[in-house]
Amino acid sequence: MRRLPTWLLLAAASSYAFLYLPLIIVVAYSFNDSRLNAEWVGFTLDWYRVLLHDEEMLLAARNSLLIALVSSGAATLLGTLAGLGMHRWRPAWLPLLVITPVAMPEILLGVSLLVFFIQVLHLTLGFLSVVLAHITFSIGFVAIVVRARLAGMDESIFEAARDLGATPWQTFRLVTFPLILPAVVAGFLMAFTLSLDDFVITFFTAGVGVSTLPLQIYSMIKIAVTPEVNAVSTLLMLLTLVLVIAASRMDKGFMRGAG
Amino acid sequence: MTKWAVLSPPTLFLLAFFLAPALIMVLASFQYPGEFGGLAPLTDPGDGKEFGLTLENHAFFFSDWLFAEIFARSFAVAAASTLICLLLAYPVAWLIAQSPRRHRDLLVLLVILPFASNFLIRVYAWMILLGPQAALARTLNGVLAALGLEPVSLLFSPCAVLVGMVYVHLPFMILPLYTNLEKHDPVLLDAAQDLGANAWRRFWGVTWPLSLPGVFSGSALVFIPVLGMFAIPDLLGGTRDMLIGNLIKDQFLGVRDWPFGAALSIMLTLAVLSLAGAAAWLSKPKARAA
Repeated sequence: MRRLPTWLLLAAASSYAFLYLPLIIVVAYSFNDSRLNAEWVGFTLDWYRVLLHDEEMLLAARNSLLIALVSSGAATLLGTLAGLGMHRWRPAWLPLLVITPVAMPEILLGVSLLVFFIQVLHLTLGFLSVVLAHITFSIGFVAIVVRARLAGMDESIFEAARDLGATPWQTFRLVTFPLILPAVVAGFLMAFTLSLDDFVITFFTAGVGVSTLPLQIYSMIKIAVTPEVNAVSTLLMLLTLVLVIAASRMDKGFMRGAG
Repeated sequence: MTKWAVLSPPTLFLLAFFLAPALIMVLASFQYPGEFGGLAPLTDPGDGKEFGLTLENHAFFFSDWLFAEIFARSFAVAAASTLICLLLAYPVAWLIAQSPRRHRDLLVLLVILPFASNFLIRVYAWMILLGPQAALARTLNGVLAALGLEPVSLLFSPCAVLVGMVYVHLPFMILPLYTNLEKHDPVLLDAAQDLGANAWRRFWGVTWPLSLPGVFSGSALVFIPVLGMFAIPDLLGGTRDMLIGNLIKDQFLGVRDWPFGAALSIMLTLAVLSLAGAAAWLSKPKARAA
């Protein structure tokens, strides 16, 4: 192996520092005994106590989890079908339909759904519109992870199942599904995380009907910087950390899918 | 039969909730605004109010330099963010690609982790760091005061917007670059070295041209979302840092001129599609070989 020049190591190390330092500060100040996020005063858990008594924040957290659960469940089902279909029949239009919603700037999907829900479906914005919007952008991620898993598999096992007299459904239930299960679970976890984290599309499709954690955080930081936001951010980061690590343990292709 | 049972649910869902809304937006961009927001009817409601289709929304865009200026500013911010991301990402991607195989997954995970934390939290982190009471601003303004200059605000400035954009999108540049650099055959660099090329020439003659597909796909992944971003200018920028995203947001949630907002969205879509097409064409390996 070639030895890396020192300046390159330093440049890479500073990029890593640039990625982590701001987040470390957010976490550190969540334990800081000061109303200002300016300098370290002393350790406290007060901001977490404030958080536990913030009714609006708790309601937003409950909404976020419920929306994430429902939308990622539906997106996993639809995305797995899309991934299977793309691998098996290779229709040229499906990848386009599945990937374009996530390749465009989020605001475009957000405003077009806003117009569609109100003008065409005459839907009152709220829980349902947010769930439908989240499913729309999550399908692509699940489909890509599932298709990547299928692409890495040996086709002869499916032929063997058929030769042994298995019906298409039996082949799916006994061979294909157990093999793609890690990717399906990874896709689910990814869709769950994306839904939990989404701000832009939720911002346009939630109306006044429902608030989520990102919406709540946005309206708080729009007004002022407060350590309560640091506390909720720290908890949210901890949750996504667990979800991402779980997803990457589940499926090796997950990290490539994320890129 | 099985084929359609598998393909139709995701296809129908996306036709309904992605393609149909997109087409509605095209139509909306040619409609009149409704009286209290929304859209005016397409057929004559018989009350003497505006109805049907019009080119006014598109004409309005070209009637005022302000809109062209906002588009130009958005492209400039997107280009600058992409360039800075490239400069910061290249060493990291290279380091990961050159690391022993057993360390690579961990180093990649370390890039993904901050990007998995909520995007608003990452923006908020910079609101703290650049805030007037933070060490950075106080040190800078201390120096400026010693020099007899006026204090400056780091937050709510174009610079803060740029920092936020780079910070939020950096992993999108690192990952495709790494995926590309990892595939390079080290033998090529050895050959270049044996032929007497120094480190500088080895990089510009071998590594850089081979990495261009990664550079282009990473650039598209940074440029496109930055172009449509409204939350970062909202939180970190001043009132004069408005980008396309903010303009569109205002049409739908502020002044409630949906047709003009739709026209702006269509223009942004066209810009993005042509950029994505260019990036896809440029990052095709065979296009480079030719």
